[in-house]
Amino acid sequence: MAEAPFGLLAELTHRCPLQCGYCSNPLELVRRDAELPTEDWRRVFDQARSLGALQIHLSGGEPLLRPDLPELVAHANSLGCYVNLVTSGVGLSRDRLRSLAAAGVDHVQLSLQDATRAGNDRIAGIKAFDRKVEAAAHVLAEGLPLTVNTVLHRQNLDNVAGIIAMAEQMGAERLELANTQYYGWALRNRAVLLPTRAQLAVADPIVAAAQERLRGRMEIVYVIADYHEAHPKPCMYGWGARQLTVAPNGDVLPCPAATVISSLEIENVRDSSLHDIWHHSPSFNAFRGFEWMQDPCRSCPRKEIDFGGCRCQAFQLTGDAAATDPVCSLSPERSTVDLILETEMAPSEVLAMAMRKMR
Amino acid sequence: MTTAVALDAVPRIRRGVKCAYDQIRSAHVVLFPEGVLVLNETAASVVALCDGVRSVGDIAVALAGEYDGVEPGDIASLIARMVERRVVDVDG
Ligand code: SF4
Ligand code: SF4
Repeated sequence: MAEAPFGLLAELTHRCPLQCGYCSNPLELVRRDAELPTEDWRRVFDQARSLGALQIHLSGGEPLLRPDLPELVAHANSLGCYVNLVTSGVGLSRDRLRSLAAAGVDHVQLSLQDATRAGNDRIAGIKAFDRKVEAAAHVLAEGLPLTVNTVLHRQNLDNVAGIIAMAEQMGAERLELANTQYYGWALRNRAVLLPTRAQLAVADPIVAAAQERLRGRMEIVYVIADYHEAHPKPCMYGWGARQLTVAPNGDVLPCPAATVISSLEIENVRDSSLHDIWHHSPSFNAFRGFEWMQDPCRSCPRKEIDFGGCRCQAFQLTGDAAATDPVCSLSPERSTVDLILETEMAPSEVLAMAMRKMR
Repeated sequence: MTTAVALDAVPRIRRGVKCAYDQIRSAHVVLFPEGVLVLNETAASVVALCDGVRSVGDIAVALAGEYDGVEPGDIASLIARMVERRVVDVDG
Protein backbone atom coordinates (compact mmCIF):
# COMPACT_ATOMS: atom_id res chain seq x y z
CA MET A 1 0.00 0.00 0.00
CA ALA A 2 1.16 3.51 -0.76
CA GLU A 3 2.09 5.69 2.19
CA ALA A 4 -0.54 8.17 3.36
CA PRO A 5 -0.51 11.66 1.84
CA PHE A 6 0.46 14.67 3.98
CA GLY A 7 -1.39 17.33 2.06
CA LEU A 8 -4.47 18.13 0.04
CA LEU A 9 -4.42 20.91 -2.54
CA ALA A 10 -8.06 21.96 -2.82
CA GLU A 11 -8.58 24.07 -5.94
CA LEU A 12 -11.92 25.47 -4.86
CA THR A 13 -12.53 27.38 -8.08
CA HIS A 14 -10.81 28.24 -11.32
CA ARG A 15 -12.42 31.69 -11.34
CA CYS A 16 -9.88 34.43 -10.73
CA PRO A 17 -9.79 38.21 -11.06
CA LEU A 18 -6.22 37.95 -12.39
CA GLN A 19 -5.25 36.72 -15.86
CA CYS A 20 -1.60 35.67 -15.51
CA GLY A 21 -0.35 34.12 -18.72
CA TYR A 22 1.56 31.38 -16.85
CA CYS A 23 -1.34 30.19 -14.73
CA SER A 24 -0.94 26.60 -13.58
CA ASN A 25 -4.64 25.93 -14.09
CA PRO A 26 -5.46 23.99 -17.27
CA LEU A 27 -6.40 25.77 -20.50
CA GLU A 28 -9.82 24.21 -20.16
CA LEU A 29 -10.97 26.01 -16.99
CA VAL A 30 -13.78 24.56 -14.89
CA ARG A 31 -16.83 26.82 -15.00
CA ARG A 32 -18.70 28.00 -11.94
CA ASP A 33 -21.72 25.72 -12.47
CA ALA A 34 -19.44 22.66 -12.53
CA GLU A 35 -17.78 23.49 -9.17
CA LEU A 36 -18.28 21.15 -6.24
CA PRO A 37 -20.86 22.43 -3.75
CA THR A 38 -20.00 23.04 -0.08
CA GLU A 39 -21.18 19.60 1.15
CA ASP A 40 -18.94 17.84 -1.35
CA TRP A 41 -15.89 19.83 -0.29
CA ARG A 42 -16.65 19.05 3.36
CA ARG A 43 -16.77 15.37 2.49
CA VAL A 44 -13.51 15.67 0.51
CA PHE A 45 -11.79 17.23 3.55
CA ASP A 46 -13.16 14.48 5.83
CA GLN A 47 -11.87 11.82 3.46
CA ALA A 48 -8.51 13.52 3.05
CA ARG A 49 -8.04 13.69 6.82
CA SER A 50 -8.96 10.03 7.34
CA LEU A 51 -6.54 9.15 4.57
CA GLY A 52 -3.78 10.97 6.52
CA ALA A 53 -3.64 14.51 5.11
CA LEU A 54 -2.66 17.10 7.72
CA GLN A 55 -2.38 20.17 5.55
CA ILE A 56 -5.14 21.63 3.44
CA HIS A 57 -4.12 24.25 0.90
CA LEU A 58 -7.15 26.28 -0.15
CA SER A 59 -6.32 27.47 -3.60
CA GLY A 60 -7.77 28.20 -7.03
CA GLY A 61 -8.15 30.33 -9.09
CA GLU A 62 -8.99 32.73 -6.31
CA PRO A 63 -10.50 30.91 -3.30
CA LEU A 64 -11.91 34.21 -1.96
CA LEU A 65 -14.49 34.02 -4.76
CA ARG A 66 -16.16 31.13 -2.94
CA PRO A 67 -18.74 32.58 -0.54
CA ASP A 68 -18.50 29.38 1.54
CA LEU A 69 -14.76 29.89 2.17
CA PRO A 70 -15.09 30.67 5.92
CA GLU A 71 -17.19 27.55 6.40
CA LEU A 72 -14.65 25.42 4.52
CA VAL A 73 -11.78 26.92 6.54
CA ALA A 74 -13.64 26.18 9.78
CA HIS A 75 -14.28 22.62 8.67
CA ALA A 76 -10.65 21.96 7.69
CA ASN A 77 -9.57 23.46 11.00
CA SER A 78 -12.01 21.35 13.00
CA LEU A 79 -10.38 18.24 11.52
CA GLY A 80 -7.04 19.32 12.99
CA CYS A 81 -5.53 20.26 9.64
CA TYR A 82 -3.09 23.09 9.00
CA VAL A 83 -4.99 25.53 6.80
CA ASN A 84 -3.09 27.44 4.15
CA LEU A 85 -4.87 30.13 2.15
CA VAL A 86 -3.36 30.64 -1.31
CA THR A 87 -4.58 33.96 -2.70
CA SER A 88 -3.94 36.80 -5.12
CA GLY A 89 -4.87 39.17 -2.28
CA VAL A 90 -7.61 40.73 -4.40
CA GLY A 91 -10.69 40.74 -2.20
CA LEU A 92 -8.81 40.16 1.03
CA SER A 93 -10.14 43.07 3.08
CA ARG A 94 -9.28 43.53 6.74
CA ASP A 95 -12.71 42.20 7.78
CA ARG A 96 -12.58 39.27 5.41
CA LEU A 97 -9.19 38.24 6.72
CA ARG A 98 -10.28 38.68 10.34
CA SER A 99 -13.19 36.29 9.85
CA LEU A 100 -11.04 33.79 7.98
CA ALA A 101 -8.39 33.91 10.71
CA ALA A 102 -11.10 33.39 13.33
CA ALA A 103 -12.33 30.39 11.32
CA GLY A 104 -8.85 28.87 11.46
CA VAL A 105 -6.53 29.97 8.65
CA ASP A 106 -2.98 29.24 9.83
CA HIS A 107 -0.92 30.75 7.04
CA VAL A 108 -1.38 32.96 4.00
CA GLN A 109 0.40 32.57 0.70
CA LEU A 110 0.16 35.71 -1.39
CA SER A 111 1.09 35.94 -5.06
CA LEU A 112 3.13 38.86 -6.36
CA GLN A 113 3.63 39.21 -10.11
CA ASP A 114 6.47 41.74 -10.15
CA ALA A 115 8.37 44.27 -8.03
CA THR A 116 6.59 47.38 -9.23
CA ARG A 117 2.98 48.46 -9.65
CA ALA A 118 3.32 48.81 -13.40
CA GLY A 119 5.05 45.45 -13.89
CA ASN A 120 2.75 43.61 -11.52
CA ASP A 121 -0.44 44.93 -13.07
CA ARG A 122 0.73 44.34 -16.63
CA ILE A 123 1.44 40.66 -15.90
CA ALA A 124 -1.71 40.18 -13.79
CA GLY A 125 -3.86 41.89 -16.41
CA ILE A 126 -5.65 43.99 -13.78
CA LYS A 127 -4.79 46.64 -11.19
CA ALA A 128 -3.88 44.36 -8.32
CA PHE A 129 -0.62 45.68 -6.89
CA ASP A 130 -2.02 48.12 -4.32
CA ARG A 131 -4.51 45.55 -3.12
CA LYS A 132 -1.71 43.02 -2.64
CA VAL A 133 0.26 45.48 -0.57
CA GLU A 134 -2.84 46.13 1.55
CA ALA A 135 -3.55 42.42 1.88
CA ALA A 136 -0.01 41.79 3.13
CA ALA A 137 -0.47 44.50 5.76
CA HIS A 138 -3.73 42.87 6.91
CA VAL A 139 -2.02 39.49 7.22
CA LEU A 140 0.72 41.05 9.34
CA ALA A 141 -1.79 42.95 11.48
CA GLU A 142 -3.66 39.70 12.07
CA GLY A 143 -0.41 38.07 13.24
CA LEU A 144 -0.48 35.34 10.62
CA PRO A 145 2.69 34.11 8.92
CA LEU A 146 3.02 35.21 5.30
CA THR A 147 4.65 33.59 2.30
CA VAL A 148 5.02 35.64 -0.87
CA ASN A 149 5.00 33.71 -4.08
CA THR A 150 6.41 34.95 -7.38
CA VAL A 151 6.57 33.09 -10.66
CA LEU A 152 9.70 34.15 -12.56
CA HIS A 153 10.02 34.50 -16.33
CA ARG A 154 11.59 36.67 -19.00
CA GLN A 155 9.31 39.64 -18.17
CA ASN A 156 10.24 39.95 -14.48
CA LEU A 157 13.49 38.05 -13.92
CA ASP A 158 15.56 41.23 -14.28
CA ASN A 159 13.65 42.66 -11.31
CA VAL A 160 14.38 39.80 -8.94
CA ALA A 161 16.26 42.05 -6.48
CA GLY A 162 13.23 44.35 -6.36
CA ILE A 163 10.89 41.40 -5.85
CA ILE A 164 12.99 40.24 -2.91
CA ALA A 165 12.97 43.77 -1.44
CA MET A 166 9.20 43.98 -1.92
CA ALA A 167 8.64 40.67 -0.09
CA GLU A 168 10.81 41.91 2.78
CA GLN A 169 8.84 45.13 2.92
CA MET A 170 5.60 43.17 2.96
CA GLY A 171 6.87 41.34 6.04
CA ALA A 172 7.02 37.87 4.49
CA GLU A 173 8.66 35.06 6.44
CA ARG A 174 9.13 33.11 3.25
CA LEU A 175 9.50 33.96 -0.39
CA GLU A 176 9.02 31.40 -3.10
CA LEU A 177 10.71 32.36 -6.34
CA ALA A 178 9.65 29.75 -8.84
CA ASN A 179 10.81 29.86 -12.41
CA THR A 180 7.88 29.12 -14.69
CA GLN A 181 7.05 25.48 -15.34
CA TYR A 182 5.68 25.00 -18.82
CA TYR A 183 2.27 23.34 -18.88
CA GLY A 184 -1.13 24.68 -19.80
CA TRP A 185 -1.13 28.48 -20.05
CA ALA A 186 2.61 28.80 -19.57
CA LEU A 187 3.28 26.33 -22.38
CA ARG A 188 1.08 28.39 -24.63
CA ASN A 189 3.02 31.54 -23.72
CA ARG A 190 6.42 29.90 -23.56
CA ALA A 191 7.98 32.06 -26.26
CA VAL A 192 7.38 35.21 -24.19
CA LEU A 193 8.15 33.59 -20.83
CA LEU A 194 11.34 31.57 -21.29
CA PRO A 195 14.17 33.45 -19.59
CA THR A 196 17.46 33.88 -21.40
CA ARG A 197 20.69 32.34 -20.17
CA ALA A 198 22.07 35.86 -19.63
CA GLN A 199 19.12 36.79 -17.41
CA LEU A 200 19.58 33.68 -15.29
CA ALA A 201 23.32 34.30 -15.01
CA VAL A 202 22.53 37.65 -13.39
CA ALA A 203 19.55 36.53 -11.30
CA ASP A 204 20.95 33.31 -9.81
CA PRO A 205 23.74 34.99 -7.79
CA ILE A 206 21.38 37.77 -6.64
CA VAL A 207 19.04 35.14 -5.23
CA ALA A 208 21.92 33.20 -3.65
CA ALA A 209 23.26 36.35 -1.97
CA ALA A 210 19.81 37.26 -0.65
CA GLN A 211 19.32 33.75 0.72
CA GLU A 212 22.54 34.22 2.66
CA ARG A 213 21.80 37.78 3.80
CA LEU A 214 18.26 37.02 4.95
CA ARG A 215 18.96 33.68 6.64
CA GLY A 216 16.83 33.35 9.77
CA ARG A 217 14.62 36.30 8.75
CA MET A 218 13.09 35.49 5.40
CA GLU A 219 13.58 32.09 3.87
CA ILE A 220 13.91 32.14 0.09
CA VAL A 221 12.93 29.03 -1.84
CA TYR A 222 14.23 29.10 -5.41
CA VAL A 223 12.87 26.81 -8.10
CA ILE A 224 15.26 26.47 -11.04
CA ALA A 225 14.54 27.19 -14.71
CA ASP A 226 14.72 23.56 -15.75
CA TYR A 227 15.00 24.01 -19.54
CA HIS A 228 18.42 25.57 -18.88
CA GLU A 229 19.61 22.84 -16.51
CA ALA A 230 21.40 19.56 -17.13
CA HIS A 231 19.07 17.63 -14.82
CA PRO A 232 15.33 17.92 -14.26
CA LYS A 233 13.71 19.25 -11.13
CA PRO A 234 12.51 16.48 -8.85
CA CYS A 235 8.85 15.56 -9.15
CA MET A 236 7.57 16.44 -5.65
CA TYR A 237 8.67 13.45 -3.56
CA GLY A 238 7.61 11.20 -6.37
CA TRP A 239 4.28 10.71 -8.08
CA GLY A 240 1.37 10.01 -5.73
CA ALA A 241 3.68 10.13 -2.71
CA ARG A 242 2.92 13.15 -0.53
CA GLN A 243 0.04 15.19 -1.84
CA LEU A 244 -3.12 15.01 -3.89
CA THR A 245 -5.00 17.71 -5.74
CA VAL A 246 -8.74 18.04 -6.11
CA ALA A 247 -9.83 20.28 -9.00
CA PRO A 248 -12.92 22.55 -8.74
CA ASN A 249 -15.11 19.93 -10.44
CA GLY A 250 -13.96 17.13 -8.12
CA ASP A 251 -11.36 15.57 -10.40
CA VAL A 252 -8.62 14.02 -8.29
CA LEU A 253 -5.13 14.62 -9.64
CA PRO A 254 -1.81 13.07 -8.62
CA CYS A 255 -0.21 16.43 -9.43
CA PRO A 256 -1.74 19.84 -10.08
CA ALA A 257 -0.75 19.77 -13.76
CA ALA A 258 -1.73 16.15 -14.41
CA THR A 259 -4.63 17.01 -16.72
CA VAL A 260 -2.06 17.73 -19.45
CA ILE A 261 -1.40 13.96 -19.62
CA SER A 262 -4.40 13.21 -21.78
CA SER A 263 -3.77 9.47 -21.61
CA LEU A 264 -4.31 9.51 -17.84
CA GLU A 265 -7.69 8.28 -16.67
CA ILE A 266 -8.84 10.81 -14.04
CA GLU A 267 -11.23 9.82 -11.23
CA ASN A 268 -13.74 12.10 -9.55
CA VAL A 269 -14.80 12.46 -5.90
CA ARG A 270 -18.42 12.26 -7.02
CA ASP A 271 -17.84 8.63 -8.02
CA SER A 272 -15.19 7.23 -5.68
CA SER A 273 -13.67 7.90 -2.29
CA LEU A 274 -10.29 9.58 -1.95
CA HIS A 275 -9.12 6.43 -0.20
CA ASP A 276 -9.87 4.26 -3.22
CA ILE A 277 -8.44 6.79 -5.62
CA TRP A 278 -5.21 7.31 -3.65
CA HIS A 279 -4.56 3.60 -3.16
CA HIS A 280 -6.13 1.85 -6.13
CA SER A 281 -6.63 4.16 -9.11
CA PRO A 282 -4.57 3.62 -12.26
CA SER A 283 -3.74 7.36 -12.34
CA PHE A 284 -2.14 7.45 -8.88
CA ASN A 285 -0.33 4.17 -9.41
CA ALA A 286 0.88 4.99 -12.91
CA PHE A 287 4.28 6.41 -11.91
CA ARG A 288 4.72 5.32 -8.30
CA GLY A 289 8.06 3.76 -7.40
CA PHE A 290 10.60 3.00 -10.12
CA GLU A 291 9.11 0.06 -12.05
CA TRP A 292 7.51 2.20 -14.74
CA MET A 293 10.81 3.79 -15.72
CA GLN A 294 12.65 3.26 -18.98
CA ASP A 295 16.33 3.76 -19.61
CA PRO A 296 18.23 6.00 -19.07
CA CYS A 297 16.30 6.66 -15.79
CA ARG A 298 15.89 3.01 -14.86
CA SER A 299 19.63 2.47 -14.48
CA CYS A 300 20.49 6.00 -13.32
CA PRO A 301 21.53 6.66 -9.71
CA ARG A 302 19.83 10.08 -9.76
CA LYS A 303 16.40 8.47 -10.03
CA GLU A 304 16.17 8.45 -6.22
CA ILE A 305 16.65 12.24 -6.26
CA ASP A 306 14.61 13.43 -9.23
CA PHE A 307 12.28 10.47 -9.92
CA GLY A 308 13.05 10.83 -13.62
CA GLY A 309 11.80 14.43 -13.64
CA CYS A 310 8.38 15.68 -14.57
CA ARG A 311 5.80 13.29 -16.05
CA CYS A 312 3.74 16.16 -17.43
CA GLN A 313 6.74 17.62 -19.21
CA ALA A 314 7.74 14.21 -20.56
CA PHE A 315 4.26 13.75 -21.99
CA GLN A 316 4.03 17.22 -23.47
CA LEU A 317 7.40 17.19 -25.15
CA THR A 318 7.79 13.50 -26.12
CA GLY A 319 4.22 12.16 -26.18
CA ASP A 320 5.17 9.48 -23.64
CA ALA A 321 4.46 10.24 -19.98
CA ALA A 322 6.85 7.45 -18.88
CA ALA A 323 9.80 8.82 -20.85
CA THR A 324 12.80 10.48 -19.22
CA ASP A 325 12.07 14.18 -18.68
CA PRO A 326 13.53 15.67 -21.90
CA VAL A 327 15.27 18.50 -20.03
CA CYS A 328 17.66 15.82 -18.71
CA SER A 329 20.98 15.84 -20.56
CA LEU A 330 20.83 12.02 -20.57
CA SER A 331 17.47 12.00 -22.36
CA PRO A 332 17.61 10.97 -26.03
CA GLU A 333 15.11 13.81 -26.60
CA ARG A 334 17.17 16.61 -25.04
CA SER A 335 17.62 18.11 -28.51
CA THR A 336 13.90 19.00 -28.47
CA VAL A 337 14.50 21.29 -25.51
CA ASP A 338 17.68 22.75 -27.02
CA LEU A 339 15.78 23.53 -30.20
CA ILE A 340 13.05 25.28 -28.20
CA LEU A 341 15.67 27.34 -26.40
CA GLU A 342 17.35 28.27 -29.65
CA THR A 343 14.22 29.27 -31.53
CA GLU A 344 12.22 30.85 -28.72
CA MET A 345 15.15 32.81 -27.33
CA ALA A 346 15.49 34.69 -30.60
CA PRO A 347 11.97 34.90 -31.98
CA SER A 348 11.48 36.56 -35.35
CA GLU A 349 8.55 38.47 -33.87
CA VAL A 350 7.77 39.15 -30.24
CA LEU A 351 4.39 37.70 -29.49
CA ALA A 352 1.85 39.15 -27.11
CA MET A 353 1.10 37.21 -23.94
CA ALA A 354 -2.18 35.30 -24.18
CA MET A 355 -3.99 36.35 -21.03
CA ARG A 356 -5.75 33.62 -19.12
CA LYS A 357 -9.53 33.59 -19.51
CA MET A 358 -12.49 31.26 -19.34
CA ARG A 359 -13.86 30.24 -22.66
CA MET B 1 25.28 22.73 8.09
CA THR B 2 23.40 22.72 11.37
CA THR B 3 24.36 25.61 13.62
CA ALA B 4 25.01 24.63 17.23
CA VAL B 5 22.56 25.72 19.91
CA ALA B 6 23.92 26.76 23.33
CA LEU B 7 22.65 25.14 26.52
CA ASP B 8 21.42 28.48 27.87
CA ALA B 9 19.51 29.31 24.67
CA VAL B 10 15.74 29.47 25.08
CA PRO B 11 13.80 27.71 22.31
CA ARG B 12 10.19 28.38 21.42
CA ILE B 13 7.82 27.05 18.78
CA ARG B 14 7.74 29.45 15.85
CA ARG B 15 4.68 31.50 15.08
CA GLY B 16 2.48 29.69 12.60
CA VAL B 17 3.69 26.24 13.67
CA LYS B 18 1.15 23.85 15.17
CA CYS B 19 1.84 20.77 17.26
CA ALA B 20 -0.71 17.99 17.09
CA TYR B 21 -1.27 14.31 17.62
CA ASP B 22 -2.18 12.41 14.47
CA GLN B 23 -4.56 9.54 15.22
CA ILE B 24 -4.05 8.12 11.75
CA ARG B 25 -0.27 7.75 12.10
CA SER B 26 -0.36 7.33 15.90
CA ALA B 27 2.38 9.93 16.20
CA HIS B 28 3.01 13.48 17.31
CA VAL B 29 3.41 15.83 14.38
CA VAL B 30 4.34 19.44 13.80
CA LEU B 31 2.52 21.28 11.07
CA PHE B 32 4.01 24.33 9.39
CA PRO B 33 3.76 26.13 6.05
CA GLU B 34 6.36 24.03 4.29
CA GLY B 35 5.16 20.68 5.45
CA VAL B 36 4.71 18.14 8.19
CA LEU B 37 7.23 16.56 10.55
CA VAL B 38 6.38 13.25 12.14
CA LEU B 39 8.10 13.17 15.54
CA ASN B 40 9.43 10.21 17.47
CA GLU B 41 8.72 10.03 21.19
CA THR B 42 11.85 11.89 22.34
CA ALA B 43 11.46 14.66 19.78
CA ALA B 44 7.81 15.07 20.76
CA SER B 45 8.77 15.47 24.44
CA VAL B 46 11.45 18.01 23.53
CA VAL B 47 9.15 20.05 21.29
CA ALA B 48 6.47 20.07 23.99
CA LEU B 49 8.97 21.78 26.32
CA CYS B 50 10.05 24.47 23.82
CA ASP B 51 7.86 27.03 25.59
CA GLY B 52 9.97 30.17 25.40
CA VAL B 53 10.75 29.90 29.13
CA ARG B 54 12.90 26.82 29.59
CA SER B 55 16.47 26.79 28.31
CA VAL B 56 17.97 23.88 26.39
CA GLY B 57 19.70 22.87 29.64
CA ASP B 58 16.40 22.98 31.57
CA ILE B 59 14.78 20.76 28.95
CA ALA B 60 17.66 18.28 29.22
CA VAL B 61 17.26 18.15 33.00
CA ALA B 62 13.49 17.76 32.75
CA LEU B 63 13.87 14.83 30.35
CA ALA B 64 16.78 13.15 32.12
CA GLY B 65 14.32 11.56 34.53
CA GLU B 66 12.13 10.28 31.75
CA TYR B 67 14.68 8.89 29.32
CA ASP B 68 17.84 7.05 30.33
CA GLY B 69 21.08 8.20 28.80
CA VAL B 70 19.76 11.40 27.21
CA GLU B 71 22.69 13.84 27.12
CA PRO B 72 22.21 17.62 27.02
CA GLY B 73 24.27 17.54 23.81
CA ASP B 74 21.70 15.27 22.17
CA ILE B 75 18.89 17.62 23.13
CA ALA B 76 20.85 20.60 21.81
CA SER B 77 21.45 18.96 18.45
CA LEU B 78 17.83 17.86 18.17
CA ILE B 79 16.76 21.46 18.80
CA ALA B 80 19.32 22.69 16.28
CA ARG B 81 17.69 20.46 13.68
CA MET B 82 14.28 21.90 14.60
CA VAL B 83 15.71 25.41 14.15
CA GLU B 84 17.03 24.36 10.76
CA ARG B 85 13.58 23.10 9.76
CA ARG B 86 12.08 26.40 10.95
CA VAL B 87 9.93 24.70 13.56
CA VAL B 88 11.67 26.29 16.56
CA ASP B 89 13.27 29.70 17.20
CA VAL B 90 15.92 30.33 19.84
CA ASP B 91 16.73 33.48 21.71
CA GLY B 92 19.50 33.99 24.26
S1 SF4 C 1 4.60 15.44 -12.71
FE1 SF4 C 1 5.62 17.37 -13.14
S2 SF4 C 1 4.14 18.95 -12.65
FE2 SF4 C 1 3.47 17.08 -11.73
S3 SF4 C 1 4.30 17.18 -9.68
FE3 SF4 C 1 5.74 15.99 -10.90
S4 SF4 C 1 7.19 17.51 -11.55
FE4 SF4 C 1 5.42 18.65 -10.86
S1 SF4 D 1 18.32 9.89 -16.54
FE1 SF4 D 1 16.40 10.06 -15.44
S2 SF4 D 1 16.93 9.67 -13.29
FE2 SF4 D 1 18.84 10.13 -14.39
S3 SF4 D 1 19.16 12.31 -14.11
FE3 SF4 D 1 18.04 12.04 -16.04
S4 SF4 D 1 15.90 12.22 -15.47
FE4 SF4 D 1 17.02 11.88 -13.59
